[in-house]
Amino acid sequence: MPKRIEEIVMHDSASPVLGGIEKGGSVLVAAKDDLLNWARSNALWPLTFGLACCAIEMMSTVASRFDIARFGSEAFRATPRQADVMIVAGRVSKKMAPVLRQIYDQMPEPKWVISMGACASSGGVYNNYAIVQGVDQVVPVDVYVPGCPPSPDALLYGILKLQEKVRNRKYNKVIELKPREQVTV
Amino acid sequence: MEIFNDIIRPILVGLGATAKRLKREKTTVMYPEEKREQYPRTRWRHVLARYDNGLEKCIGCSLCAGACPAKCIYVESAENTDEERYSPGERYAKRYEINMLRCIFCGYCQEACPTGAIVLRKDYELSDYQREDFIYTKEMLLEPMAVRREA
Repeated sequence: MPKRIEEIVMHDSASPVLGGIEKGGSVLVAAKDDLLNWARSNALWPLTFGLACCAIEMMSTVASRFDIARFGSEAFRATPRQADVMIVAGRVSKKMAPVLRQIYDQMPEPKWVISMGACASSGGVYNNYAIVQGVDQVVPVDVYVPGCPPSPDALLYGILKLQEKVRNRKYNKVIELKPREQVTV
Repeated sequence: MEIFNDIIRPILVGLGATAKRLKREKTTVMYPEEKREQYPRTRWRHVLARYDNGLEKCIGCSLCAGACPAKCIYVESAENTDEERYSPGERYAKRYEINMLRCIFCGYCQEACPTGAIVLRKDYELSDYQREDFIYTKEMLLEPMAVRREA
């Protein structure tokens, strides 16, 4: 049984597990990716971006029957600076597209986009001059949720899919709290 | 006494209201574990049905594609032969594709279908990561042979 923790080595899941065994202390090695992804996936704060009727379903997802708070996404932010995931709910007109892109650019990394509903994902029935035929022409989309509008269950499934994606994300960057030469490989 | 009336009493009254609510039934559906029962006329994922003998109901007439307001259905038909028989009629759908992202689940295809081949079932878990994965082909839409619907 480990007596005490001497050092904490943060590393990513791609490199082998390291430990300062020569010091005689036990080492807590936290897989950095897994830790960060776990934390991130369970606190995906959405950005309020309701554009049409899909927003009504998005609102009822927050309400008590479906309760998005069970997945840590109840804090809908009105500012992109505090949001992690942008739920594009509704049809994006060509006038709205630059605004959407600017708001996406203002969100801090890491950020994700859920394209909710037929109109946001592909234009839906609005195959005309005014509607962007798929929001992925403007911003990179992580999860598409089909439906017109998707029921709250379907949106929750999309959020669970996004959480899965966030958890499996590999950054392949090594961040260590101590200099590299002190760590035995 | 003044402290009781002004501060403690209102707090107790408020907590009493909370305590009364605790006894009520919980409204939340614990979604991934427990699924809400869908309404009888809910329209979600399409399925291409079969007859009981395994033949496809679809005869490749493209009426669903014509009725679709989003133009998300593509049907390519071919002639049935005695060696290769897919449906009871003259023709069958060689290719049948639905763009699930375009589809608005209005059910017009279901209404237009003369043989009741395309039906919208209640499977709503359709989200995915790639745009290409939303083109549902005939193989994905066809009802599997082994699973029989209760009549």
